[in-house]
Amino acid sequence: MSVHTLSVLVENKPGVLARIAGLFSRRGFNIDSLAVGPTEHPEVSRMTIVVNVEESPLEQVTKQLNKLVEVIKIVELEDREAIERELLLVKVKADADTRGQVLDAVQLFRAKVVDVATDAITIEVTGNADKLSDFLKVLEPFGIRELVQSGTIAIGRGGRSITERTLRPTPVPVPVPQSA
Amino acid sequence: MSDNGADAAHGAAVTGAQSLIKSLECAGAENIFGIPGGAILPAYDPLFDSKIRHILVRHEQGAGHAAQGYATATGKVGVCMATSGPGATNLVTPIADAYMDSVPMVAVTGQVGAAFIGTDAFQEADIRGITMPITKHNFLVTDPAEIPRTIAEAFYLASTGRPGPVLVDVAKSALTSMTTFNWPTEINLPGYRPVTRPHSKQIREASRLILEARRPVLYVGGGVIRARASKELRVLAEMTGMPVVTTLMARGAFPDSHPQHLGMPGMHGTVSAVAGLQKSDLIISLGARFDDRVTGNLDSFAPNAKVIHADIDPAEIGKNRIVDVPIVGDCREVIADLIVALQAEQDAGNTGDYEGWVKFLADIKARYPLAYDTPAEGLAPQYVIQRLGQISGPESIYCSGVGQHQMWATHYVGFENPNTWINSGGLGTMGFAVPAAMGAKVGMPDSTVWAIDGDGCFQMTNQELATCTIENIPIKVAIINNESLGMVRQWQTLFYNSRYSNTDLHTGPKRRIPDFVKLAEAYGAVGLSCDNASDVDATINKAMEINDVPVVVDFRVHRDAMVWPMVAAGTSNDAIQYARDLAPDFDEDDL
Repeated sequence: MSVHTLSVLVENKPGVLARIAGLFSRRGFNIDSLAVGPTEHPEVSRMTIVVNVEESPLEQVTKQLNKLVEVIKIVELEDREAIERELLLVKVKADADTRGQVLDAVQLFRAKVVDVATDAITIEVTGNADKLSDFLKVLEPFGIRELVQSGTIAIGRGGRSITERTLRPTPVPVPVPQSA
Repeated sequence: MSDNGADAAHGAAVTGAQSLIKSLECAGAENIFGIPGGAILPAYDPLFDSKIRHILVRHEQGAGHAAQGYATATGKVGVCMATSGPGATNLVTPIADAYMDSVPMVAVTGQVGAAFIGTDAFQEADIRGITMPITKHNFLVTDPAEIPRTIAEAFYLASTGRPGPVLVDVAKSALTSMTTFNWPTEINLPGYRPVTRPHSKQIREASRLILEARRPVLYVGGGVIRARASKELRVLAEMTGMPVVTTLMARGAFPDSHPQHLGMPGMHGTVSAVAGLQKSDLIISLGARFDDRVTGNLDSFAPNAKVIHADIDPAEIGKNRIVDVPIVGDCREVIADLIVALQAEQDAGNTGDYEGWVKFLADIKARYPLAYDTPAEGLAPQYVIQRLGQISGPESIYCSGVGQHQMWATHYVGFENPNTWINSGGLGTMGFAVPAAMGAKVGMPDSTVWAIDGDGCFQMTNQELATCTIENIPIKVAIINNESLGMVRQWQTLFYNSRYSNTDLHTGPKRRIPDFVKLAEAYGAVGLSCDNASDVDATINKAMEINDVPVVVDFRVHRDAMVWPMVAAGTSNDAIQYARDLAPDFDEDDL
């Protein structure tokens, strides 16, 4: 098994997330994470789906996704050629004695404190999955009270855009019935 | 703008319901099978004045299968219509069936008013959500302005690429609101671009493998029927001399009488067709999908074969079996291109050498022909079906349900033409035959249409005989009545020590519940019965003479007849049995 990151451009229509989630579940593919959001084109949404599969099931996932009418394009983003980010918000126990050490960790990981209470602080950090898990390891001894983490989002390196060419309209004439 | 004669005034102010009916007219719908109900009711008012014929069925499942039968017989899009909630959920089985067998179908359902959606309103069911996994695509329309575009897209999606069912769920509020009608001139679906032209490099590579092979076989699936590629297939087969097998969905794509035809492969395939795949060194798959009922245990399926896999659906290629040459394209174009490439090779003096292989298979075909035992007492179901095929002939259309009678029909009718065999292959839906025959007869009124049905299947959907009588759709039904759920009973005989748990239907001989002859008469059809081989021809001939009302013939057959050959589920095709405990002897040394 290996981890693959798929960027999926979909038409921004109701139900498209249900179609994709349903496809994964009924074909028996596991999703590690999924993030959806708008793109530079209002009619298009972008999903970043991280899956953990072998090579040949991955091909089948991609082909089945491509069959969905509202899926416009699928690109697999390779690790080295893409920037991958997740967002983590974590509430850590921190009193007067430990707060300094927690803040050191925040600095080391280029994280940010977004809320402070007398007995805890809430930290925001972005990065790839490895960095976030390292950060959590460092925080663990202080006591993690609550955490929430986004799915991965990813974008390819370099100047090329995966949306540019795909979105040119390619209308076809409405077929005239064979007989009427 | 289409000039199909639908008097759809563009830009006219209409209700959503009027817009829906005008759209269906513009899309080319000529017949709709359906049942009205609360949410779809507004659409039935303009439908009353439309030139579209609406056929009022007795159960929505019948509407769906009729639309499938219509579509399969004619190649046009079949249309069914139902109301929200239970009307729509009753369409689920035919929609799933159409999805598995790639039948072009549009299902239009009413939905509760937009304001009520999500409130558990009366007769509300999320039919769009329910049918997501079993449709090619589906729509929920709440804005009446979207109706024409949605209907145009639905027909386009259903009929192009790999055909399939498309559901359009229309909220009642959209049907009752005012809108303007504008039939679109173009369709823009950025995520839908089916590839029909095969890649020339792949065609060259395929021709090379075909010439190199010594034991090639053309593995023909339902895609060849849907692509209307039978003529091209025959040219390809005859110019190369390669043997042909046709799957359950492809029966009729290649004439059964043709000497190169080995018959149907798979769990109940002929010995020669199973051997043709199993012992081959090259499988040329045309519009087939390596279904488990064809391959048996995948790991031991055709172990020495390379595979050329042509399909219009890229997701089928390599799904079950590793492929050497993938070809994405419409089967007719793929075969046409292969013919050109192979002709050029032949002109240059390059032909394949399949002589030993053809001889080997001819020998197997001669030694293990389709055969059945004539019982000492009672009527052989295979004989009934064989005579039916011979008397009614290869121009007739034959529909079937699912089970033993289906397997006997696929083997013994004798198919010569595409679109004359209509059955439920992928989903295996009992009850398919009668409504499918009804739909086929509506689409092909000049053809004789037989439903070859089991006594179990027939009892699932026979209410459509009422529709057939009233709507003047004179189908013929041959019930192969063995008083049981025959295929299940066969498995109980073979694998459950003949413990017949819940497979006796009591449709004879001591009690006939129901009496099919009386039941036919109650529906205004003619009821006949036959329990004797010497009466079979006369009974069939009598049924052939009745063309004003439906005919039902209760063929009371020997109940212990079994379907052979057989490969037990999950085992290797090498373990095929020609008859019970009788394995054929493949002399591979002859190869």
